[in-house]
Amino acid sequence: MNSRERILGRVRRALADAPADETPIVRDYLREHGERTVARTVELLAENLADYRAIVHRTDEDGLAGLIAALLEKRGSASVLVPPGLDEGWLAATGVTRVADGADSTPDQLDRVDSVVTACAVAIAETGTIVLDGSPDQGRRRITLVPDHHVCVVRVPDQVVSSVPQGLERLDPARPLTWISGPSATSDIELDRVEGVHGPRALEVVLVGGP
Amino acid sequence: MSGTFVGMPAFPPAFPEAAREAVGDETLRGNLRHATRTIRAKREKAVAEVSDWAELREAGKRIKDHTLRHLDRYLVQLEESVTAAGGIVHWAADAAEANEIVTGLVRMTGESEVVKVKSMATQEIGLNEALQAAGIRAYETDLAELIVQLGKDRPSHILVPAIHRNRGEIRDIFAREMSEWGRPAPEGLTDTPAELAEAARLHLREKFLRARVGISGANFMVAETGTLVVVESEGNGRMCLTLPETLISVVGIEKIVPTWQDLEVFLQTLPRSSTAERMNPYTSTWTGTTDGDGPSTFHLVLLDNGRTDTLADEVGRQALRCIRCSACLNVCPVYERAGGHAYGSVYPGPIGAILSPQLRGTGSEIDASLPYASSLCGACYEVCPVAIDIPEVLVHLRERVVQGGEVTREGNRVVLRPAKGHAAERAAMRAARWTFTHPGALRTGQRAASRTRRFHPRTLPGPGKAWSGTRELPAVPAEPFRDWWQRTHGGKDGAK
Repeated sequence: MNSRERILGRVRRALADAPADETPIVRDYLREHGERTVARTVELLAENLADYRAIVHRTDEDGLAGLIAALLEKRGSASVLVPPGLDEGWLAATGVTRVADGADSTPDQLDRVDSVVTACAVAIAETGTIVLDGSPDQGRRRITLVPDHHVCVVRVPDQVVSSVPQGLERLDPARPLTWISGPSATSDIELDRVEGVHGPRALEVVLVGGP
Repeated sequence: MSGTFVGMPAFPPAFPEAAREAVGDETLRGNLRHATRTIRAKREKAVAEVSDWAELREAGKRIKDHTLRHLDRYLVQLEESVTAAGGIVHWAADAAEANEIVTGLVRMTGESEVVKVKSMATQEIGLNEALQAAGIRAYETDLAELIVQLGKDRPSHILVPAIHRNRGEIRDIFAREMSEWGRPAPEGLTDTPAELAEAARLHLREKFLRARVGISGANFMVAETGTLVVVESEGNGRMCLTLPETLISVVGIEKIVPTWQDLEVFLQTLPRSSTAERMNPYTSTWTGTTDGDGPSTFHLVLLDNGRTDTLADEVGRQALRCIRCSACLNVCPVYERAGGHAYGSVYPGPIGAILSPQLRGTGSEIDASLPYASSLCGACYEVCPVAIDIPEVLVHLRERVVQGGEVTREGNRVVLRPAKGHAAERAAMRAARWTFTHPGALRTGQRAASRTRRFHPRTLPGPGKAWSGTRELPAVPAEPFRDWWQRTHGGKDGAK
């Protein structure tokens, strides 16, 4: 008997005299916490992002390229990683060297790039979370991990949901997902939170509204 | 009795001995008091933020119970969906088999080092030691696991294995040991947490960037989609899950949830219960392999190692709901004083006291003593996000230790004999039963006790000594209650 059969057999024997499972799973928890206007939901997202030390900026379509250019300049970045499907207009105002992410680019090469600019799949206001799903405007998971500075653009209010349940509904489990709530952090020293370990230590989120 | 290995020294001392030593260590007590109080206050605040905590807790409990009730079905479904998504599924009945599978998989890649995401399952099976014996070096990349590994230490907490170390001790370990494992600690390293985190970042960077094999556990596995979930803070998890070419995940069979939607409960309750955050910095989910993004080979090792034995116990099986948040450790007065090492298992604290004796059986001294490592105050049950009634299971396991009875070990029904050392307790209980069923004897005994009350000792002699060492003997009244009742009411209107 192989281990698969052995384990499944043990499970079945263990449950042989367990009572039938008749209580349904009641989902009477909230779909979102409190009622908010759309504008207030976006504000809450900004507050919660900032609470976990992400730097939040707000602009509109027309101001986006200028803002991104200013952020890269302020950071002193000489190079920026660009996902294959990123809106070209977003980088129209910066002269920083663009680095495309090739299938053969090594982690060491990524480590030498200063910043990365991406879009996102969805943002969750109640927890201050942005989620990346590897779409062409976000790129492979590694490009938002190895560089130390991540600029993430969120379209508001379209990409913003209130809660975790609403966020999961919008996401495709078949895609590799990365949920990001603030820059990398640790609570491993005396259970107190310190920002800045292995992931990008600077996370800037740009909330971009209509023109 | 059982061969289940749970990642600790072969014969740890029983809990009371280990705890006695630990409570004498002032530094340890100070470190634990500081850390657990910090997190307790923060957790309360994080939980109070969501008005539907009780409903989320109940739903989490129900989802886990339902999953366990149909575990065979969900395991098969998970295997199908992971396989369909490009993953390879392995089954390991015990620690030895899991270690053998993982070692074989690493060997197949031709690599001699691996990077690891913090994982309770691989700690439980002693994977690092098994890999080392096979000439493979495993680098722990979680900050606290790194502190433990560099310090040649043992983990003492589920979430923060180095909780017993303060910043000064961590600084010393880094300064002394990092050069042995790779990039040395920066010159003049101080004990500020930010500098210590930076030292870890620099030390591990080169290992991440050259790693070809990553090893992880998982917080959840979704049967319906074949998705695995890792919840973390530092980004070391993301590094290990995305940069290597081969990913091997070792996950306990109880980590399944049926549907993608079920995550909406646990992704709300886990971060608030463990690190007291609305959401932890990073959560990664992956489904098999993705072309051009992340590892091209993904192995999932499904681990039993005593879980099906635990499942067979109708009271004890609720321990399998555990999502390893560690809230019960942080709130436990016994854990705060005795520390994690006294529990002689990678699972310390209240959850460890009910999990270790079930995964490993109650054959050893430490496992037979763990159900007693509690004052039964119930704080652990109160904070548990999946409502595991830890005190109930503790009492159930005490009964098993004292009385013996039928249990399942390695899939077989066996009858445990009552443990040694509880003979006096059993004799006292038998005598009590006889007395309470013989009213005449009870009356005579009570009167005799009242008349001799001035001569009663404050502590018990002989086998009762240990019991009265930490308790006051109850004072006997001058007159038994029944005599008093008879005298004052004459027994006449007693039925009113």
